[in-house]
Amino acid sequence: MTEESALQRVKFYQTGTHTVGNRLMDDAARSVQASMDRSNAITSGHRACQGCGEALGARYALDTAMQAAGGQLVAVNATGCLEVFTTPYPETSWQIPWLHSLFGNAPAVATGVAAAMRRKGRDKVKVVAQGGDGGTTDIGFGCLSGMFERNDDVLYICYDNEAYMNTGVQRSSATPPAARTATTPALGDAPGNVFGTGKNMPLIAMAHNIPYVATASVADLHDLEAKVTRAMSVSGSRYIHIMVPCPLGWGSAPCDTIRIARLAVACGLFPLFEAEQGEVVRISKIRRPVPVEDYLRPQRRFAHLFKKGHEDKKRLAVIQRMADSNISRFDLLAEGGTS
Amino acid sequence: MLKQVEGSVAVAEAVALCRPEVVCAYPITPQTHIVEGVGALVKSGALENCEFINVESEFAALSVAIGASAAGARAYTATASQGILFMAEAVYNAAGLGLPIVMTVGNRAIGAPINIWNDHTDAMSVKDAGWIQLFAETNQEAVDLHIQAFRLAEELSCPVMVCMDGFILTHAYERVDVPSQEEVDAFLPPYDPVQVLDPADPYSIGAMVGPDAFTEVRYLAHDKQLQALQLIPEIASVFKDVFGRESGGLLHAYRTEGAETIVVALGSVNGTIKEVVDAMREDGTAVGSVSICSFRPFPLAELKAALAGARNIVVVEKSLAPGLGGVVASNVRMAMQETPRPVHTVIAGLGGRPITTASIRRVVTAATAGDLPDVHFLDLDEAVVAQEIARAKATRRSGPAAENILKHLASAKSTDNAGALS
Repeated sequence: MTEESALQRVKFYQTGTHTVGNRLMDDAARSVQASMDRSNAITSGHRACQGCGEALGARYALDTAMQAAGGQLVAVNATGCLEVFTTPYPETSWQIPWLHSLFGNAPAVATGVAAAMRRKGRDKVKVVAQGGDGGTTDIGFGCLSGMFERNDDVLYICYDNEAYMNTGVQRSSATPPAARTATTPALGDAPGNVFGTGKNMPLIAMAHNIPYVATASVADLHDLEAKVTRAMSVSGSRYIHIMVPCPLGWGSAPCDTIRIARLAVACGLFPLFEAEQGEVVRISKIRRPVPVEDYLRPQRRFAHLFKKGHEDKKRLAVIQRMADSNISRFDLLAEGGTS
Repeated sequence: MLKQVEGSVAVAEAVALCRPEVVCAYPITPQTHIVEGVGALVKSGALENCEFINVESEFAALSVAIGASAAGARAYTATASQGILFMAEAVYNAAGLGLPIVMTVGNRAIGAPINIWNDHTDAMSVKDAGWIQLFAETNQEAVDLHIQAFRLAEELSCPVMVCMDGFILTHAYERVDVPSQEEVDAFLPPYDPVQVLDPADPYSIGAMVGPDAFTEVRYLAHDKQLQALQLIPEIASVFKDVFGRESGGLLHAYRTEGAETIVVALGSVNGTIKEVVDAMREDGTAVGSVSICSFRPFPLAELKAALAGARNIVVVEKSLAPGLGGVVASNVRMAMQETPRPVHTVIAGLGGRPITTASIRRVVTAATAGDLPDVHFLDLDEAVVAQEIARAKATRRSGPAAENILKHLASAKSTDNAGALS
């Protein structure tokens, strides 16, 4: 039995909360993070906010990448929260070689690192580039598309918290419709972000026909680790898009980060899937679907949709249709699942 | 080996002789032939162990070079004009990180109005980014400066820009002595980085630095430039020992002994200036010239010494600081602040306008006679400018200035032609 299928075999609902303790799994299926040998790529003491989804996602992703690369890993970081909270001089949380250049060039810098390693005869050294949604879907988009098009040997990880959090919660092209940000205030007839726009970066990545694209969530860290491991097992350009809730920007309780990330998946707004060479090859079925309202309501950025006596049913219905469209497009409903 | 060769091709061969390990290519006139040349040498196998990466923008070109250099590879790219502005953020970043990248700039004007021809506005736009900026006077010097640039960059861990005039040098076929691989190998040791991304010795490069340390980090960038003031002449001297010719250094003084008027300039226009100097010397006018090779670091002391005997200084420069006048002239004045004397700015050759010996001679004569204003625009068509200023004053919607001037010139030309026919 391969490791992959061992992962599938585990039932993730023994505790009734969709989580599974490592103690319930056999050794092979336990998370990298559970291992005493984990690399602590980002060690403790950094300055992320309480409940930061990005810090969690990056820690799991990089420790997994480190394990897959046998410790031979270099990380390139775009400007953003992750860069800032990990490296206020003279302290750094990075236990791996780490390079930050600019906001919009992490993919190109990573290309350069990979090229140098190849020419230096150090092919074993693998390169991960990472950035937030602003650094990925907006300002770094050109460089990322260039990196994909050349199929440079880099794993790019986008930590998507759906706005420019580092500068104080401004809209990015990954901000969902209706969301309130500092530049899409909840005012007027159409409060929050506009509808009908935005970029779906995983699908755009797939359109480059790169070897591997996946979406992942901090709500399912086993799945996240498995995807990073899979991405690290192939060469060429690879892209993982991780949804990382931001309590500050989303107006959610720090203790709700995982719950909200899980609801995003369960309502269909954030489908979990993997694609190879531009084709979807695996999806994570939604076992207990929920209406989008369940996901939106705990977040203050959507509070204007739920004003007492003035619930914005029209816009909620549009958002529900977006979720339904994902569900049908990716065939997300598990057999026996109910919506 | 002596060759009759295009400047860009000669530079491509020189770069290849320096054994770069990562070369990033993005086309922009008039630099394009250089990266094409390097690409051909990689593809043919003449340049081994080199990644030639076709990128999607100049911003990516320098960013790839940043990553490669930080990972310990010798990295090179080339650009010009709008390209240097598009990569400006990375230009500062490469210097801030102290990465010894070498980049050719095939100097070209910056739009609008869009213009592909030569001037120095592109290099001047990033003069204070922390790069060393060397200006080549000839294609031979362009070749030699590239070989020196890698050694200089890597000894200091500081990026170096080799500036060569677009078209005038990049596209000119001249006799160039392209050195042998053995000579270059003897001159240029392998790259031994001061910082490198290495899993065996992990550290963070590019961490955030606050007010507590930023000034010190920036001071070190300045200090590096001051070290370069010492190192540039030393490297030029070693270069002479190995290759048998003088190239590079901080500046070249030409017939400055006893010169009452000295013309100062960067780049290829010094060829024209030297011709004027020779002709005027023959007529008994005490004129000399100084070609500044190293614009950053700026050789204040050496320039002061070279200009010590002059009564008049004329700076011929291919860039304009609108609202001020000259960029180079401002720097020259700083060299002369203890011994003040007239430093005239002559804005010349913008957007590729030819700088003729007759025009240079005219301004030198005027300067010697005390008739040259502080800021003078060489061969400016004052009638056209006056007409456009008047038009703009008279009509609110006077239209795009560049197009108005072109229309005016076209109609003037047809009137001339009509006159010639009648």
